[in-house]
Amino acid sequence: MIGAPLIVGVSFAYLGLLFALAYWADRRADQGRSVIGHPTIYALSLAVYCTAWTFYGSVGRAAASGFGFLPIYLGPTLVALLWGSVLLKMVRVSKAQRITSIADFIASRYGKSHLLGGLVTLIAVIGVVPYIALQLKAISRSFTILLGYPEVVMPDPAGEPPLWGDTALVVALLLAAFTILFGTRHLDASERHEGMVAAIAFESLVKLAAFLAVGLFVILYVYDGFSDELARAREVPDLQPLLSTSVGSYGDWFGISFLAALAVLMLPRQFQVAVVEIADERHLERALWLFPLYLLLINLFVVPIAIAGKLTFPAGAVDADSFVLTIPMAYEEPGLALFVFIGGLSAATGMVIVETIALSTMVSNDLLLPSLLARWRGLPPEADISRLLLLIRRGAIVAILLLGYLYYRLAGEAYALVSIGLISFAAVAQFAPAMIAAVYWRGGTREGALAGLAAGFSVWVYTLLLPSFAKSGWLPGDFLEHGPFGIALLKPQALLGVEGWNETTHCLLWSLSANVVAFVLVSALREPNAEETAQASAFVDALKPQRSAHLALWRGRAEIDELIALAERFLGPARARAAFVELARSRGVEDLERLPPDAETVQFAETLLSGAIGGASARVMVASVTEEEALGLDEVLDILDEASQIRDYSRELERKSRELEEATAELKAANLRLQELDRMKDDFMSSVTHELRTPLASIRAFSEILRDDPEIELGERKRFLGILVSETERLSRLVNQVLDLAKLESGHAEWQMEELDLKSVIEQSVTSTSQLFHDKGAAVFQALAEGEARVLADRDRLVQVMVNLLANAAKYVPAGEGRVEIRLESGAGVWRVTVADNGPGIPADDLPIVFEKFRQSAGNGEKPIGTGLGLPISREIIEHFGGRIWAEDRPEKGATLCFELPWSARP
Amino acid sequence: MAVFLIGLMLFYSPLISLFEGTRTLAGVPLLHFYLFGAWALVIVAAVWSVGREKE
Amino acid sequence: MSKRILIVDDEPHIVIPVEFLMRREGYEVAIARDGEAGLEAIRAQSPDLVILDVMMPKLNGFQVLEAVRADPALSSVRVLMLTAKGREAEMKKGVELGADAYIPKPFSTHELVATVRSLLEAED
Repeated sequence: MIGAPLIVGVSFAYLGLLFALAYWADRRADQGRSVIGHPTIYALSLAVYCTAWTFYGSVGRAAASGFGFLPIYLGPTLVALLWGSVLLKMVRVSKAQRITSIADFIASRYGKSHLLGGLVTLIAVIGVVPYIALQLKAISRSFTILLGYPEVVMPDPAGEPPLWGDTALVVALLLAAFTILFGTRHLDASERHEGMVAAIAFESLVKLAAFLAVGLFVILYVYDGFSDELARAREVPDLQPLLSTSVGSYGDWFGISFLAALAVLMLPRQFQVAVVEIADERHLERALWLFPLYLLLINLFVVPIAIAGKLTFPAGAVDADSFVLTIPMAYEEPGLALFVFIGGLSAATGMVIVETIALSTMVSNDLLLPSLLARWRGLPPEADISRLLLLIRRGAIVAILLLGYLYYRLAGEAYALVSIGLISFAAVAQFAPAMIAAVYWRGGTREGALAGLAAGFSVWVYTLLLPSFAKSGWLPGDFLEHGPFGIALLKPQALLGVEGWNETTHCLLWSLSANVVAFVLVSALREPNAEETAQASAFVDALKPQRSAHLALWRGRAEIDELIALAERFLGPARARAAFVELARSRGVEDLERLPPDAETVQFAETLLSGAIGGASARVMVASVTEEEALGLDEVLDILDEASQIRDYSRELERKSRELEEATAELKAANLRLQELDRMKDDFMSSVTHELRTPLASIRAFSEILRDDPEIELGERKRFLGILVSETERLSRLVNQVLDLAKLESGHAEWQMEELDLKSVIEQSVTSTSQLFHDKGAAVFQALAEGEARVLADRDRLVQVMVNLLANAAKYVPAGEGRVEIRLESGAGVWRVTVADNGPGIPADDLPIVFEKFRQSAGNGEKPIGTGLGLPISREIIEHFGGRIWAEDRPEKGATLCFELPWSARP
Repeated sequence: MAVFLIGLMLFYSPLISLFEGTRTLAGVPLLHFYLFGAWALVIVAAVWSVGREKE
Repeated sequence: MSKRILIVDDEPHIVIPVEFLMRREGYEVAIARDGEAGLEAIRAQSPDLVILDVMMPKLNGFQVLEAVRADPALSSVRVLMLTAKGREAEMKKGVELGADAYIPKPFSTHELVATVRSLLEAED
């Protein structure tokens, strides 16, 4: 007899364990020692896809229709293989723009539209709240069933427990509290909820373990292996359909796979863990196969359990949905039954928490905030908005959970609840066209997305939602049978005479068609405007290296104080100031107040805010502060010749507006610089000519000597020829370097950018210079940081830089006792490489000028070797990658050259 | 990418109909083996191709 | 008595052919590797002719030239500037500072030898 206190106690203990785990993980994150840096944790968190519906419902479905449950997991498996490209793009652009939800993603992409965000949120809430209700129902049912141990009695659908005694309500409130505690501690929602993710990963393990336990129990203890079980099954005639092992109709098999494949990303909770919460985009690689593996494992024993259930319980007495729980009960294994209950609890709570956080973020950022902003006409009246926003979010969490509970109470055993899983999938599948087009098609417009979503959603409502209400008795069933007003062609589940399809597949076909057609047609009605085009570039090109921030299309004035004040209102004073201090530091400005209020700063402010309140709202707020002037498209069109491609179009726009700014403000400065450049060019030219003429003179002299004097003795002749050859080489080396430098400086160089590991570059360059060091009798030491040092760069060029530094070191170290140390360290957002030698070093005055052309530090009076162009070229290269290179002043003798490159991904 | 296409073929083409019916192998219906076996194969292929790309 | 020539240049691959050419003509050759050493050597040895480069460490050729011309004891020293700095302005500067000849690099060996010869003969 398992008493209620025991069950409740164990449940509380488990939830308490989750609390503790999440709390600990959050504390570690605050200390900067993140617990979820492991790719496996990311992959496990994705398994929140498997809810109580998976846990209980798969077996139920299997018992009814054989392998019909499988496509729901096969679809995601296959689509996971594509994640390397699609998901990676979404992750990257979401990080760059601090996107916090699926509504934010779509709204930001199509013109930062509030309307779009609101619509997406609405669809999400309508589609998913019933799914939450299903989880609550699962918990309460399993609790009731377990209470009956050792008797297996189905809960009576007719008798509803009183409000105060209803476990589901208690659970709903508890979950609300948990979610609030770890989902809404501060407002910068683009920060990940590390505690939650850790707890979710743990829950995924628990539910998997519980399910596997039952599976093994069935196969090994109840029967002697699967074949034994099957043999017994064959003896029972009405299990035949189950065993005939057909996959059912192909339409369904494919259709549901497709649907699930979309849902695994479009469900708000999936987007939340897959994109918003991701710690490092490199984790995607492991998730790509680990997640399918998880799905495989959790489905392995579904059919055996289903068969066992049917064998154990006479037909119809026990719901197939509960087999996972009732089988251990029937075989008198209380421990296992309790474990299973906890597993189901785990699955349900995981889904509810993540889904609720995702939905509440959308409701607050994309639904409530915009209307509040509209009411206040731009600027909120109170001083500290962050607390208000937090309150809104917490309220939304509670409201959503209560809505879920309400739906559960009202729907009871209604048809609507049981099949709601697939219905929810179809609802969120409407996001797919807009989302996928967001990262692959530049042509989408705001109206197009609105039209597509509206069309798809309406069709969904008509073909799936309303019929489900009708089938559960809330609406009259006439229109279902005969079509509205008797028009047979418009029968909701057989539109245009397409009959006999599974209702979900049918809905999918029509709703997605309507969605895509509307989207494409309406988008084609007009060209994407400037904002949409810019965002299109940012999204579609998310995987290409971004050199400069997208700064254009903005003209306005802003006071830096106002921007900071704005940020403080939404993020709280401490966090806002910290962010701006960081910005100032990265722009080389000392005081916050001296930050130039230019496009870059404003962009930064906007991105910062959108982490808290969503992209569209952030835009509005910043616009209100900066008295923005929209760039007139017509003006620019006059300047441009013709804009055939949208891409060139937006690039031209950027360039023109930037040129205008620079021209007016910096005319004088440009003049001065021109004069300076002229002088530098003269110096350079004379240096180059000198450097070229010397080897030429040598070559000519030797050539003439050898030609005119036939009687030079062989040894001398050979010597002269040798020098001739080497001077020729020197000359061509010099010419190449001059050309290289000219190419680099004029921007004509070709770059093959890729993400690479600095360590391999270091290794390669050490290898290629090893002979130099060997000849000089010098030793090379490496002190490299752990892990991969990933940067975005051109491999050959980067090797060129390293070789240059190493060759310089080799040149200057004393013969026989040379020591060169290569160090690789991680700095703030950068990797720093240091090459230090024990040669004569660089005098302090010369430190900046060694990077100038043809300046060489002749520390000990000897003629410097080499061309003097190596370092300037290296500087061009490093700066092209967004880094910096410098020579350091060291108290000990010896030269120390360092360069820094930004991380391409957090190490 | 290629793995995705192969997977698509494995699961959604008439290849599946080959394994339907009540033939059994060691007492287990063939379809079972095929479905889960192919699934596992796809996963392994994915791991392998990810490893390849990293080099 | 053979004439003494001092070559002042920091580029070894220039010094070698020039030295070879001068030796072949029968002159005695001394070498200095930078401006300072060159000036010292001029003072110490009083060569008949100095073949002087401009771009050198420590003291450059023009500075050496100036110093030599400022010193009346060295008035008999002929100076031939042999340098990559071949622009008009620089040649003018060299002549103004008192060089006896100015040959830009790359030079013709014939021209160099002929000029040296004529400078040394003129002395006599």
